[in-house]
Amino acid sequence: MTVSELATRLDLKVYTGEQSTRERCVSGCYIGDLLSLAMSKVQMDSAWITIQTNMNIVAVSSLADGACIIIADGFVPDDSTLEKAKEQEVIILGSELSAYDIAKKLAELGI
Amino acid sequence: MAEVMKLHYVVSGDDFTRAGETSSKVKKTLNQLGFRPEVVRKVAIAMYEGEINMVIHADGGTIDVDISSDEIVIVMQDKGPGIPDVEKAMQEGFSTASNNVRELGFGAGMGLPNIKKYSDVMEIDTQVGKGTKLRIVIYAKE
Ligand SMILES: Nc1ncnc2c1ncn2[C@@H]1O[C@H](COP(=O)(O)OP(=O)(O)O)[C@@H](O)[C@H]1O
Ligand SMILES: [Mg+2]
Repeated sequence: MTVSELATRLDLKVYTGEQSTRERCVSGCYIGDLLSLAMSKVQMDSAWITIQTNMNIVAVSSLADGACIIIADGFVPDDSTLEKAKEQEVIILGSELSAYDIAKKLAELGI
Repeated sequence: MAEVMKLHYVVSGDDFTRAGETSSKVKKTLNQLGFRPEVVRKVAIAMYEGEINMVIHADGGTIDVDISSDEIVIVMQDKGPGIPDVEKAMQEGFSTASNNVRELGFGAGMGLPNIKKYSDVMEIDTQVGKGTKLRIVIYAKE
């Protein structure tokens, strides 16, 4: 499944990521808010669900080669985070749902 | 590629916003040079953790990266407070990070253990009051 389809199916808010970059495939998911843990646990092409909103999440997702970041519980990324994400072509999505509810839906979709 | 490509970076100590930038640049370079994705990922993780440590614990420093087809050698040097007990610092979960830093998601005490896990050679040379030198080698060959 592509990030675009995922965003549509889960009705996610798209904060950053051009349509073309959202054609990237997603498989797997990691949930967590500690950067060092995420760094080693976010696998290539997986979605990372977090409530962190500061710009360091961009470096982590980009260095770990994650497919996208999904910010849970309605938290809103900082402006500096959005700027950095655009620059690094990192996709940031958002949802009002909790990490658990997002993950359940990802599982239903077979991700 | 018998010859070595040498990169040098200065990491500023007060700039959280730019932490990870050097690691991103090196990652891009390695991708362009055609290194295997697993190798690139190991370098990116190990370097990021070292870079973050220089920013949050040591007020910045320098990074030298030597790239050859056989291995990637990363030397990170700072003039920070040094590490009094390296064995303790290497334990998962040990951290002296401040609450401010923790709120940003740093300070899980997993940095040095991650570096150990993702590198093939890791050497710490540290002196209290003088600084820390971290040398990491990642083999590029299968
Ligand atoms: N470059 C450094 N200079 C001084 N102290 C350091 C440095 N790197 C690591 N440390 C010390 O080692 C501890 C463990 O480091 P690490 O495993 O990266 O965890 P964290 O950075 O999350 O605290 C740090 O909390 C700090 O006390
Ligand atoms: Mg650390």
